[in-house]
Amino acid sequence: MAEPLLLCTDVGVRFGGLQALSGVDLVAGQGEITAVIGPNGAGKTTLINAISGMVAAERGTFRLGADDITLAPAHERSRLGLVRTFQNLEIFSNMTVLENVMTGCHARLRIGAWQSLLHTRASQAMEKTIRNEALEVLDFVGLFELAKYAAKDLPFGKQRLLELARALGARPRLLLLDEPAAGLNMSETQVLADLILRAREHFNLSIVLVEHDMDLVMRISDQVLVLCFGQAISRGTPAQVQRDPHVISAYLGDDED
Amino acid sequence: MGYGRDMRWLCGLLVLLVLAPPLLGNNYYLTVLTMCCLNAMIAVGLSLLVGHAGQISLGHAGFYGLAAYTTAALSTTLGVPVGLSMLAGVGVTSGVAALVGLPALKLKGHYLAMATLGFGVILSILFNETVAVTGGPSGFTGIPRLSLFGVEFTSDLSVYYFIIAILGLVVWLSFNILHSRVGRALRALHTSEKAAQAMGIDIARYKLFIFIVSAAFAGLAGVLYAHYLTFIAPASFGFLFSVQLIVMVVLGGMTSVPGSIVGAFFLTVLPEFLRAFESIEILLFGGILVLCMMYLPDGLAGGFHRLWRLLGRLVYVRHSGEDNG
Repeated sequence: MAEPLLLCTDVGVRFGGLQALSGVDLVAGQGEITAVIGPNGAGKTTLINAISGMVAAERGTFRLGADDITLAPAHERSRLGLVRTFQNLEIFSNMTVLENVMTGCHARLRIGAWQSLLHTRASQAMEKTIRNEALEVLDFVGLFELAKYAAKDLPFGKQRLLELARALGARPRLLLLDEPAAGLNMSETQVLADLILRAREHFNLSIVLVEHDMDLVMRISDQVLVLCFGQAISRGTPAQVQRDPHVISAYLGDDED
Repeated sequence: MGYGRDMRWLCGLLVLLVLAPPLLGNNYYLTVLTMCCLNAMIAVGLSLLVGHAGQISLGHAGFYGLAAYTTAALSTTLGVPVGLSMLAGVGVTSGVAALVGLPALKLKGHYLAMATLGFGVILSILFNETVAVTGGPSGFTGIPRLSLFGVEFTSDLSVYYFIIAILGLVVWLSFNILHSRVGRALRALHTSEKAAQAMGIDIARYKLFIFIVSAAFAGLAGVLYAHYLTFIAPASFGFLFSVQLIVMVVLGGMTSVPGSIVGAFFLTVLPEFLRAFESIEILLFGGILVLCMMYLPDGLAGGFHRLWRLLGRLVYVRHSGEDNG
């Protein structure tokens, strides 16, 4: 296994009386695609939320490379290179496609607020850089022609690509994808799979992916973590996981039932 | 959306405002126009806060009043030079906005509206009850006229020109904010706080920033108002005015700076024209607002935009018709 980039140990999340996650360990290797799968309600999205800092973990530690991010708020984690997408699209509907991706560059390409306020040369130059980099990313995902359109007018499949582009604009070290193929048809999923693999090469990414589409998971992931009722029941390569009797019973039910 | 277009718009506005006074004839109209500019200053700041960042405030009349009373008390009671007392008025307002915003901006939607409303009401009570400082309900009289570096603005016209210069500055700053990464961050946290955080935007900081900026704009209007009229009373800074300010922004078209200026002018001038109808004045005022909101749901700016496009289409149809014939 590759050098670990993201290291989550003993993660526990509780919502009132419901223990959504307990004692989950997740290791995402440098340059690898790590998939998190499991039946509905297994706690996959909760794990993504805990890693990205949007849900407070009751237990556990999170490390990204050399940084301990356990106590860092969500926006701080993003700045350290841990950027996520959302299962239910969270596109900025009041902006154009280009502006969405430019917002993705927000934390990376920065300049003092007073410079923006006074429209200084440095601020104008920065805006130009942001625009060019955003256009590059749009070109990469194939939305270049749609840059000027209102983001809310895009069809669903393209909005999914836009979410990915916005996240890539932040040039993350680790990209968290929460069900990127949800709602896509087969050919769109195919395009997405290729895109994810290309993005990993091009942007030198490591990826953690929550996904229901087993074909996609088995095709692109290097490591798989299987959750069931908030606990990790199996981990390994796709082939290993597929053979694991625990996994088969979690998905199909036990013989004794 | 272009910065250049917005700058041309700003220049056009300033030229109009500079040329307007000789056309107005009498001094009363100049007073109305000056009030329009002051209200526009507040409305622009409020449109940044409400329209772009999506954070409502029903307490902006309070900031307006706080700045006016601060500069009045400092310059009149304590004899501080007017320029300094005006700076202090804006400074105090910004500081109070920071103190109020820090806890209040953790709230959302209706709750934020209630919190800012409460803040406005508290200030309104303070203006009325601290008679020793503010003069209470009968008002604060004898405020010195606007003067800077020992030069007094003796005529109303000179004060008016100073005020449009400040309005120009406020609008310029607002356009700069909107056409930058700061503006995008504000619009981002308006639509999805979660996604904004995921993009590394410190939403609490940006909310506070724009709250302070919009309060400072209201503060600027407040200090200019005090030294322009030389008399202030609590009635001008009550809850009703906070609501009027929101109406200006909504009527103008939430996310449009030019729209909020037009909204401010419209809502300031309208009661003056309706005065002739005496007893049914307020009825007509309400009726006009209802009609505006029914037929211009995206505000005056949106309505103007649609009219412009419609005209464009008509011209296009006629031209292509000629080509065919």
